[in-house]
Amino acid sequence: MIVAEQKPLAEIKSLTADAKKVLIVGCGTCVTVCFAGGAREAAIVAASLRMTSKLDGHPKDVVEVTVQRQCEWEYLDEIASQMGAADVILSLGCGVGVQALAERYPNAIVLPGLNTAFIGLPLEQGVWAERCAACGQCILGLTGGICPIARCSKQLLNGPCGGSSKGKCEVNPEIDCAWQLIYDKLKAQGRLHLLMEITPPKDWRTSRDGGPRKIVREDLRLATGDKVTG
Amino acid sequence: MSGLNGYKSGSNLEKVLHAGHFAVTAELGPPKNADVEVIRKKAALLKGVVEAANITDNQTAIVRMSSIGGGALALREGLEPVMQMTCRDRNRLGMQSDLLGAYALGLRNVLCLTGDHQTFGNHPQSKNVHDMDSIQLVQMVVGLRDKNCFQCGEEIKGVNPRFFVGAAENPFGDPFEFRPLRLGKKAKAGADFIQTQMIYNVPKFREFMKRVVDLGVHKQAYILAGVGPLKTPGAAKYMRDQVPGMDVPDEIVERMEAAGKGIEDKKAKAAAYREEGIKICIELIRQMREIEGVAGVHIMAIEWEEAVKPILEGAGLLPRPVVEPVVSA
Repeated sequence: MIVAEQKPLAEIKSLTADAKKVLIVGCGTCVTVCFAGGAREAAIVAASLRMTSKLDGHPKDVVEVTVQRQCEWEYLDEIASQMGAADVILSLGCGVGVQALAERYPNAIVLPGLNTAFIGLPLEQGVWAERCAACGQCILGLTGGICPIARCSKQLLNGPCGGSSKGKCEVNPEIDCAWQLIYDKLKAQGRLHLLMEITPPKDWRTSRDGGPRKIVREDLRLATGDKVTG
Repeated sequence: MSGLNGYKSGSNLEKVLHAGHFAVTAELGPPKNADVEVIRKKAALLKGVVEAANITDNQTAIVRMSSIGGGALALREGLEPVMQMTCRDRNRLGMQSDLLGAYALGLRNVLCLTGDHQTFGNHPQSKNVHDMDSIQLVQMVVGLRDKNCFQCGEEIKGVNPRFFVGAAENPFGDPFEFRPLRLGKKAKAGADFIQTQMIYNVPKFREFMKRVVDLGVHKQAYILAGVGPLKTPGAAKYMRDQVPGMDVPDEIVERMEAAGKGIEDKKAKAAAYREEGIKICIELIRQMREIEGVAGVHIMAIEWEEAVKPILEGAGLLPRPVVEPVVSA
């Protein structure tokens, strides 16, 4: 899932300083699961903004609503009337949600209430960790299901650097060395030969380095053959 | 090969190793400014004392004069440089472009490194690159020389850079049993020489080298064992406790502590520590010479280039051999 965390209230206050009417839009998908921007968080941020603006002597009219998926336009149509009534929209969606709102409602001032962090999973209640860097060319089949692009601090492809110590990364002892994990896994599976081959330099074009990415599936498109823009 | 008499690069380091001498390299840390004098002074301390000196590339991720700039200056002073190149700050375009420039300036040795993570240095907010890793970098530099082509496969039209290519290895990094295999990968990638991380735990290094020799890697690349003189017991403790991947046994720390015992005068105490540090380093070099597969030593006297000469004198490694180019019949 996409993991995000809420911006500090002071920053949210500053972002919405000039607005009298604020619409807070939560999202019912990833950010609900990671307790950053679901209905519950939207209600808390709304209450906080109401209270703090009242204390500041400029009470705001704050309304909150949560859509099922902020990253798809069709779910955004149902809040059209509320969108029109607000001075600014505070999205509690991920970066995709914020942009989907801004694209669907070009005249609206859409502000981010979260910092989108990474694609990851919960390790335990209250702890999330990154697992995928969306590089566009998955090599997990060669690395025992452990991604060195997302989990090695230097994105190495041919084994650990000299800073791997007692299973930990040189950057921070709280980070597991991805290559120690890969080594242990492949050793346990009797597949260490996979580490003996030299992995050539990665083609980063499928990653962000090739420019903003897009997938076109002609088999699914309705307007087959038309050029896709946007 | 024309003009190189069969050598890959024709560097002094290559010639000395090729002739079968026990080679010596050292380290020259460029300044955190643009002062030519710093390089001049340090080069004067190392010239004629070592085969070549590594010019570090923003070591510990702190901005310093570039290894190419520092290397070209060292060369002007008569000291052969080993240009260090990390994968942290440049992508394959930048690295190849710098390799062409460095070769044009007369640099002939390059050491391919991953690079310390930028969070350790003075610009922790920066973005790192790591377009390639050190093994891929070795392959690329070897390709420029032996395949006469850029990493993308495009032919180099005209003069191609012909470097003596090095790589590093930390025998004490984890997983320990993978380290000799990783060294083998570097040799397979085409590394001509290897310089290791600083060694203080000799028995563990022996174990590592035994495995390296069993794999035959010492026949594919010259292995230079890393050593370094300790300045103070504090430095020894810091390396033991704080530097990831360093292995400093307690007895080394205790020896350093004992050296200053009973000495009240601060200057005399510091001198006693330094003397002991140099003594330990000499002993380490003597032990390294006895280990099968070790072709030389790499002395890392960090910001203490003055120590290199007395260390080599003590180890009986001066004067350095002079290898004339092989004259073809």
